[in-house]
Amino acid sequence: MSKESTSPFDVAVIGAGPAGLAAAVAAAERGARVVVLDAATQPGGQFWRHRPESVEPDPEGHGHHGWKTYLDLRSRFDAAISTGVLHYLPNTQVWMIEREDAGRFVLRLTPATGTTIEVPTVRADKLVSCAGGYDRQLPLPGWELPGVMAAGGIQAFIKANGTLPGKRFVVAGTGPFLLPVAANIAAAGGKVVAVCESSSLTNWLPHMGAASGVPGKALEGAEYAAIFAKHRIRYRTRTVVTKVVGDSSATAVQIAKVDASGAIIPGSERLLEDVDIVGFGWGFTPQIELAVSLGAETRIDADGSLVCVADEKQSSTVPGLFLAGEVTGVGGAVLAVAEGYVAGASAANGEQPKTSTARQIQRHRRFASAMHQAHPVPEKWDELLTDDTLICRCEEVSHAQVTEARDVLGATDARTMKSFTRTGMGWCQGKVCGYAVSCLSAKGTTDENAQHASLTSVAKRPVATPLTLGEISTLDSREPHNL
Amino acid sequence: MNAPSDVIVIGAGVIGSAIAFFASQQGLSVTVLERGLPASGTSSACEGNILVSDKELGAELELTKFSLDTWRGDLAEHAGHWEFESKGGIIVASKESSLASLDRLTRAQGEYGIDVERVDIPRLREFEPHISPDALGAAWYPDDCQVQPMLVAGHLLNLARKNGAKVQVNTRVTGFVRHGETVTGVTTDRGEFHAPAVVNAAGSWSEHIAALAGVNVPVKPRKGFVMVTEPLPPMVHHKVYAAEYVDNVGSSDAGLQSSPVVEGTPAGSILIGSSRERVGFDRSVNTEALRQMATNAIALFPFLEKTRIIRHYHGFRPYCPDHLPVIGHDPRAPGLWHASGYEGAGIGLSAGTGKLMGQALAGLATDMSLAPFAPERFGEFTPNTMISQESAA
Ligand SMILES: Cc1cc2nc3c(=O)[nH]c(=O)nc-3n(C[C@H](O)[C@H](O)[C@H](O)COP(=O)(O)OP(=O)(O)OC[C@H]3O[C@@H](n4cnc5c(N)ncnc54)[C@H](O)[C@@H]3O)c2cc1C
Ligand SMILES: Cc1cc2nc3c(=O)[nH]c(=O)nc-3n(C[C@H](O)[C@H](O)[C@H](O)COP(=O)(O)OP(=O)(O)OC[C@H]3O[C@@H](n4cnc5c(N)ncnc54)[C@H](O)[C@@H]3O)c2cc1C
Repeated sequence: MSKESTSPFDVAVIGAGPAGLAAAVAAAERGARVVVLDAATQPGGQFWRHRPESVEPDPEGHGHHGWKTYLDLRSRFDAAISTGVLHYLPNTQVWMIEREDAGRFVLRLTPATGTTIEVPTVRADKLVSCAGGYDRQLPLPGWELPGVMAAGGIQAFIKANGTLPGKRFVVAGTGPFLLPVAANIAAAGGKVVAVCESSSLTNWLPHMGAASGVPGKALEGAEYAAIFAKHRIRYRTRTVVTKVVGDSSATAVQIAKVDASGAIIPGSERLLEDVDIVGFGWGFTPQIELAVSLGAETRIDADGSLVCVADEKQSSTVPGLFLAGEVTGVGGAVLAVAEGYVAGASAANGEQPKTSTARQIQRHRRFASAMHQAHPVPEKWDELLTDDTLICRCEEVSHAQVTEARDVLGATDARTMKSFTRTGMGWCQGKVCGYAVSCLSAKGTTDENAQHASLTSVAKRPVATPLTLGEISTLDSREPHNL
Repeated sequence: MNAPSDVIVIGAGVIGSAIAFFASQQGLSVTVLERGLPASGTSSACEGNILVSDKELGAELELTKFSLDTWRGDLAEHAGHWEFESKGGIIVASKESSLASLDRLTRAQGEYGIDVERVDIPRLREFEPHISPDALGAAWYPDDCQVQPMLVAGHLLNLARKNGAKVQVNTRVTGFVRHGETVTGVTTDRGEFHAPAVVNAAGSWSEHIAALAGVNVPVKPRKGFVMVTEPLPPMVHHKVYAAEYVDNVGSSDAGLQSSPVVEGTPAGSILIGSSRERVGFDRSVNTEALRQMATNAIALFPFLEKTRIIRHYHGFRPYCPDHLPVIGHDPRAPGLWHASGYEGAGIGLSAGTGKLMGQALAGLATDMSLAPFAPERFGEFTPNTMISQESAA
């Protein structure tokens, strides 16, 4: 249901996670007229996702990190709403952005859930995208079975529902994010059979300098060590899940030790039985399709993800478009908040960040980069794949089909692979398989730019979120009426 | 130095791939030069219909019939590679005026020997149970078929490779090598390539290639959007389009035109086309085109109102002002050949084009005359002819 347009705002912010809240507050407190669009029904994003406030208020923020920061941002956010400078549209997704001749952004919206809500078309002079990211996944035998989830999906489930999606869990992949997921499962009463981390913690040694710049992270680490000890959670390093086993749903996983390249050490395989949920997390993929559709320049970050380029004012390469949080590189909530403040202030009045803020951001970026280098996606992750392993679950495209399209038909980038095999053409539009397909396609070429080109083609989603033809048929391309 | 060959083909879309295959079948050595990857141009931003139903009577329809025979004959053994399907097409008229056009069209087509059958509303409902209650009349074309165009290009290239052809991707043609007036090869960003015959199969970019040789082939991009729905159980069983579509195909208007073309795919998604507008290589989204296409599609199949789209894409049809493709040797630049300007029909016409070009390049008489498609019909090159800017992608 797309209806009247609102009169133009000074700043539109996409996302009400850590970055978006900070950006909105910073812009509003500088006198800008701000609109915040967020797909979720209440502020917080992924990091501060919580139970519905009306059903189960939790002012203490149990199980949350940085909750004081959230409460502070939230009260300023609410204050700006009550004075009328900030307009908040929850449960609203931006599916497309256009630019008018004057350079003004036109945001096309659709309800995130339900189709009966009326959503306006929003116009704004400046735009801050804080769209966050989603879990990066890698295919493996059995990953199409029910019971296989994204690690962040488990986290989101617990945060939103306060209950568990199963009983006995294995959490696997790489990176510090596996720790809070396991801790939350345990705190909610679930059994964590094992956490499988593909890296070795000695990978951190060369990066201790960067890590020591962010002492809070060491404290968090100690906290998780205590939780793991208390709940007797096995933290297995240099270990990967090699397949998920089960008939109609996951019942067991096979794990194995790997060397530094990710190659399986023969004879190290063993079966972990009696497992009903397996959560995988191989880092995050920033959600950059809207920024990319506006022409924002991208780069490949230390974790191999495609991210948007931003300068010290969080300005993208597109005039008027600012970026904060995961979209500029995966780095956690503290960095997202810091970038959000800068982006909001720059968007509101072109303000230069304070030296101390700039330094804080630098420190956190160095830490994030060290973290990515200590927890890489194993170079030989694809050795697990069998011919019939599904690479694209939506369209049921097998590894053998992908290999044939690459080696016989010359599909050496993700776009061509999609044309030939349908990878990424289904419901999720390549959000799940895009990274893996890019890696597998690029193996057929020596072209150094292939991976960047592939990830770029995967990030191009002209429809950022599905919407009905009925909504499209009522799109208003005429002049906006003011509210 | 790259080894010389008998034929160089510029462009690895469906047209270039089909020519590479048929020329290599004739025993010619072929080198395909493609600036991107196989099917990275319009051939991967289109739909895969092989239509007899939408053609005006005349040379293009003749070529269509020839091509259909080639798909079903010479290429039959490979049909599985590219999901060839004889699904049939239906034209629906929902207005009195379009019903009259449909009457005229089907009568003329019938006289011309096209297999077309008028169907009444109950029969239409058997074909398409979810069609709009507003439908007034329809025509059924059993010969309308469908292929997966990217797989056509990919597999024809691969078959050509098996015949010894070389496919050089990521190689952009930047100019021609001449011996006097005669074209003897091309320059690229990866060195020179030599051949006594060079085929310009660069689709919407072929005007630019022709200009590099100093000849005028006024092929312009005509942009079209397609919307793709979420996967559904089968709801649309044939290619279904509105009678107005045929008028739009034949028009030369530069402004936006859209008419509903709706078809189901084996994967469950429904493809909704299509718009036509001449805006150069502008890649921006035209909201008005999407709006019109959605409105028109819902008018044809009301259930679509509640169906979600998961993406849309657009391509640039290689449009020729006289709506005829440009096929054959170009006496204005001896050694240069063209196979371009197929607008919205290049997929369907690729097989027949490949076969005829293979014959011509081998110095054989062609099964069908190429005279109506002669490149020199555009006359001498005039420097102030509008040359479309080459787009980045
Ligand atoms: C599922 C999940 C769970 C996570 N849990 C943890 C955790 O427990 N601990 C931890 O340290 N890190 C966690 N992370 C990582 C953490 O989310 C980030 O480090 C941090 O939240 C980044 O903040 P952000 O503001 O950039 O993005 P986010 O917090 O992701 O916020 C982005 C917001 O934008 C909205 N949005 C995106 N696109 C649109 C659109 N087109 N239209 C409207 N709204 C849109 C989203 O709905 C979301 O509310 C998790 C990540 C994910 C994906
Ligand atoms: C929305 C839409 C729907 C369509 N539906 C249908 C349909 O249902 N049925 C049908 O028959 N047709 C359809 N068409 C038309 C069809 O797609 C085209 O006619 C056909 O793809 C043209 O093929 P081609 O090989 O000539 O061009 P292309 O596929 O564009 O191939 C030309 C190639 O040349 C390459 N190239 C360009 N410049 C250079 C250079 N300097 N050096 C090297 N290589 C170069 C390009 O990269 C490209 O790969 C549709 C088109 C659109 C846009």
